[in-house]
Amino acid sequence: MTNHLAILQVVLPLIAAPLCSLINQAKACWLFATTISWLVFAISLSLFIEVQTGGSIRYEIGGWQPPWGIEYHIDALAAFVLLLVSAMAAITLSAFQRRITIEIPKHKQGLFYTAFLLCLTGLLGIVATGDAFNIFVFLEISSLSAYALIALGEDRRALTASFEYLIMGTIGATFILIGIGLLYMQTGTLNIVDLQTRIPAISHLHSVHAAFAFFTIGIFLKLALFPLHHWLPGAYAYAPSAVSTFLAATATKVALYLLYRVFYTIFGSEFSFEVLQLHYILMPLSILAIVISSLNAIFQQDVRKMLAYSSLGQIGYMTLGIALFSDAGLVASILHLFNHAFIKGALFMTLACFLFRTPSLRLDDLNGAGRAMPWVGFAFVVGGLGLIGVPLTSGFISKWLLVSAVIEQGHWWLVAIIVFSSLLALIYVWRVVEHLFFREASAALVANKQPIGALLPFTWVVLLSTLYFGINSDFPVQAAKAAAKALQ
Amino acid sequence: MLSGLYNYWIAILLMAIGFYIVIAHSNLFTKMIGLNIFQTSVFILFISMGKVDGGTAPILSEAYTAYSNPLPHVLILTAIVVSVATTAVGLALIVSINRRYKTLDEHEIEQQELEQE
Amino acid sequence: MILANSLYLNFAIPVIGACLIALLHQRRRTVELVFIGTAAVLLWNTLHLFDLGEAAYFINVSPFSLIDSIPLAFHLEPLGLLFSAIASSLFLVTTLYAIGYMNANNEKHLARFYFCFCIAIFAVMGIAFAANLLTLFIFYEILSFSTYPLVTHKGNEAARNGGRVYLGLLLSTSIGFFLIAILWVWSSTGELDFVRNGFLQEQMPKEALIILYTLFAFGVGKAGLMPFHRWLPSAMVAPTPVSALLHAVAVVKAGVFCVLKITVYVFGLDLLSEGSASNLIIWVATATMLLASLVALSQDNLKARLAYSTVSQLSYIVVGAALATASSVAGASMHMATHAVGKITLFFCAGAIYTAAKKTKVSELDGLAKVMPITFIAYTVAALSIIGLPPMAGSWSKWFLLDGALQAEYFWVAIAFIISTLLNMAYLLPVVARGFFAPAKDNLSGIQEAPWMCLLPLSITAISCFVLFFLLQELHHFLQPLFS
Repeated sequence: MTNHLAILQVVLPLIAAPLCSLINQAKACWLFATTISWLVFAISLSLFIEVQTGGSIRYEIGGWQPPWGIEYHIDALAAFVLLLVSAMAAITLSAFQRRITIEIPKHKQGLFYTAFLLCLTGLLGIVATGDAFNIFVFLEISSLSAYALIALGEDRRALTASFEYLIMGTIGATFILIGIGLLYMQTGTLNIVDLQTRIPAISHLHSVHAAFAFFTIGIFLKLALFPLHHWLPGAYAYAPSAVSTFLAATATKVALYLLYRVFYTIFGSEFSFEVLQLHYILMPLSILAIVISSLNAIFQQDVRKMLAYSSLGQIGYMTLGIALFSDAGLVASILHLFNHAFIKGALFMTLACFLFRTPSLRLDDLNGAGRAMPWVGFAFVVGGLGLIGVPLTSGFISKWLLVSAVIEQGHWWLVAIIVFSSLLALIYVWRVVEHLFFREASAALVANKQPIGALLPFTWVVLLSTLYFGINSDFPVQAAKAAAKALQ
Repeated sequence: MLSGLYNYWIAILLMAIGFYIVIAHSNLFTKMIGLNIFQTSVFILFISMGKVDGGTAPILSEAYTAYSNPLPHVLILTAIVVSVATTAVGLALIVSINRRYKTLDEHEIEQQELEQE
Repeated sequence: MILANSLYLNFAIPVIGACLIALLHQRRRTVELVFIGTAAVLLWNTLHLFDLGEAAYFINVSPFSLIDSIPLAFHLEPLGLLFSAIASSLFLVTTLYAIGYMNANNEKHLARFYFCFCIAIFAVMGIAFAANLLTLFIFYEILSFSTYPLVTHKGNEAARNGGRVYLGLLLSTSIGFFLIAILWVWSSTGELDFVRNGFLQEQMPKEALIILYTLFAFGVGKAGLMPFHRWLPSAMVAPTPVSALLHAVAVVKAGVFCVLKITVYVFGLDLLSEGSASNLIIWVATATMLLASLVALSQDNLKARLAYSTVSQLSYIVVGAALATASSVAGASMHMATHAVGKITLFFCAGAIYTAAKKTKVSELDGLAKVMPITFIAYTVAALSIIGLPPMAGSWSKWFLLDGALQAEYFWVAIAFIISTLLNMAYLLPVVARGFFAPAKDNLSGIQEAPWMCLLPLSITAISCFVLFFLLQELHHFLQPLFS
């Protein structure tokens, strides 16, 4: 049993998804999906421990030997990201039951959980698989279910946002498919480890360069890296709150995982960075993402949109770590991936808490909400501090590592940019904090005593974990270092 | 040179056409069609790459020595399924959008949103 | 073991106090008692740390590591002990005053107020005992954030704007300069631990040292060097006990303490006095000293005047640190103590005047000393101490600073000290003159001294201004390990 964990991880939610639509009874579906998600988390935890102690796991599906059969390959990086994704899924499902019953029509809830589990399957599959074409399939599974999930938002703009995401996402995935095809033409294999060994010999070919280009654009689209980010803010802002929490914490992170996998493992860092000099593209784009998105965030009236723009900036930090093309930069990037997922997840959860009593998440509707709901307001402050990167939050640790990596390369001007964008983060976070605490709450808000339920404690659990990792950063830092080592 | 790579030229042409439609047209339904053309071009690319000149279907028999590579064809079956699913989701979205906005034109939708602000 | 336990206890006490306050927030009297109790126990424990003696200096105590094997670490050393003693003793006095003041002025949300106060003191302890730059930085930031709710306590428009400037300036300087300086030190030397005589010798080129010292001095925005001093007057929207303890003592002293500590234990006095790394900062601080005094002259609001006076006095300490001679650093350390006692008295008086007579402007104080004699006598004593006239404590610290400037052959700095002293007189004494000698303009009947909970603390601190004059010899002796 235990040696099948690598595949169970993906198969379990995949089988559970149609069952969910068969059960089709809201409460039972929720219970079922939540149980499955915690099981998946337990599996990914045991996989993580196994990889930490015994090295990476290779699993042959159906006993077919690679490179003919499909292989699942879980190394330190994959185990780390699996842990992150499954943890966020379990937390989201457990915490959001009441919000889901409010936001989604009753007859659609069974299908909602189905789509959610499929999305989880896709994200886990991308990370676990060691086969290039499999990546594409799982990418589409996660994306298609994500389109459906986003479109369930109450606002009609959710539909247009979802459609835009569909167009951009499909183009991105198709680009990746073209890249896979071109590589297959030249190497005759789809197995990632196999590709890794065969590419150096043919790396001078134009078609390999073309494949590289297609992969680059495709992943940048999925990653929402500036300037290919336009689909993301709408998708996060109008989706049901459970969906925006889950996607904000995991979707772009998995795309980033794909970026590591393709450019470090498949093409190899030497080819990607020394021959094709990816960092010359990545560096300016990251900087633009950091600065422009943070500036954009300052002018948003809707807090969810603000956080979405902030995510774009944070993605810039992660790609910046890669663009530094150094070990320290890579570690910083992976660590920020992990830390930011929890910080952003927690922030979206606090916003969902507000939604119980405020009519919307526009700044004016949040006036005084921090006073009326002190625990939620305080949670937002703590999460916001993490976003800025204040000491004792995990955001500080990853920024410290990132800035150290930048200084190591001697890019002082970049230090200035990172500091500048941290101050921009301070502005956009504090703008909300002032609305929460320094404006009079409307009478309706004060009178509204609707209970928040399990969402609030879960929010605090996630927040406290970010604080814990900010004080005692050994676990994520060591895991990030092991992950970076697995990529070398 | 040109004739030997005939399939690939077609694929690239279709890809460009599809991509252009997605970008240039403001009607969501047209966009969807463009996206389909774009995806189809990739199918052709994959199918072409599996074809071996003079090869037959991969049948295990003494009579045949040259086979076409079946793997890309199988892969593309999956991709076609994905494409169909994407189209289905996209069309479902279009129907819903039409119901809520009474239009499928991107600019008009934008206009409506601005007016609502 | 004893060292670690007593040190941790110093962190635990305010945190436990804060937790109790949060738990008991419904019961007002209990909360007040807990608040005073916390302060008393903290002072007791801090004084206990002195008993450990020189043998306990520079032994690192670390609960766990933060990043990349940089530990969260604490240690004892004379400067930190001095600072913690100042902060915790004045904390006790302020708790009394705060309770009196907050009750007399019907302020709301008292539990939150006391809670944040305790957390702020916790942060101050962390700064005082930090054994490396990262630990110092972390507690520095906790102090900024924990005082933000105190500054904005009133929750109105003015409080919000004041808070914006406060947090904005403190955070942007600390992230923009302080953190960068720390990272720079870390990446070029691989060390962050404070050690005797510093660790930067021969590790960095001379030009880099100049930039680094400047980054540190400006990065510690709490030290109030111009042009990053605006947060201090903005913080005056806070209730007076906050201004008194935090913005005359804890926060600003934390700032200059950081500068002193970095000067002594990161750069080392030898390195600074030989080279010219701190030249620029000597200029800036001297200019701040004079300019802030001039601004103080023009302020009619008493608290604002005192705030600018604080900016000016802080620069004395920064100059003392930057001169980097034994006398000047000793003078700077003493000035931390003497100015703290003096300035807190002045703020207590300002608060007492507001509580009793609802007056905030200097021009409204005419004849008020007749109805509030104790307050005005205390004010006079403290003002004389800040100006630096014997037999008040402030005279010693200014003497050492002057001596240090002459030793380092910075004659223009010595002249600036003297000019600044004259300016001190010019902005502090008009209050005394108006209070005692000017005829009352309005009807003063019905005005009487503030409640005893306000009067007692300010009398204690005023007497300390005088008593400290005789204790400074011992303080000087206590600081000697710095220069060995």
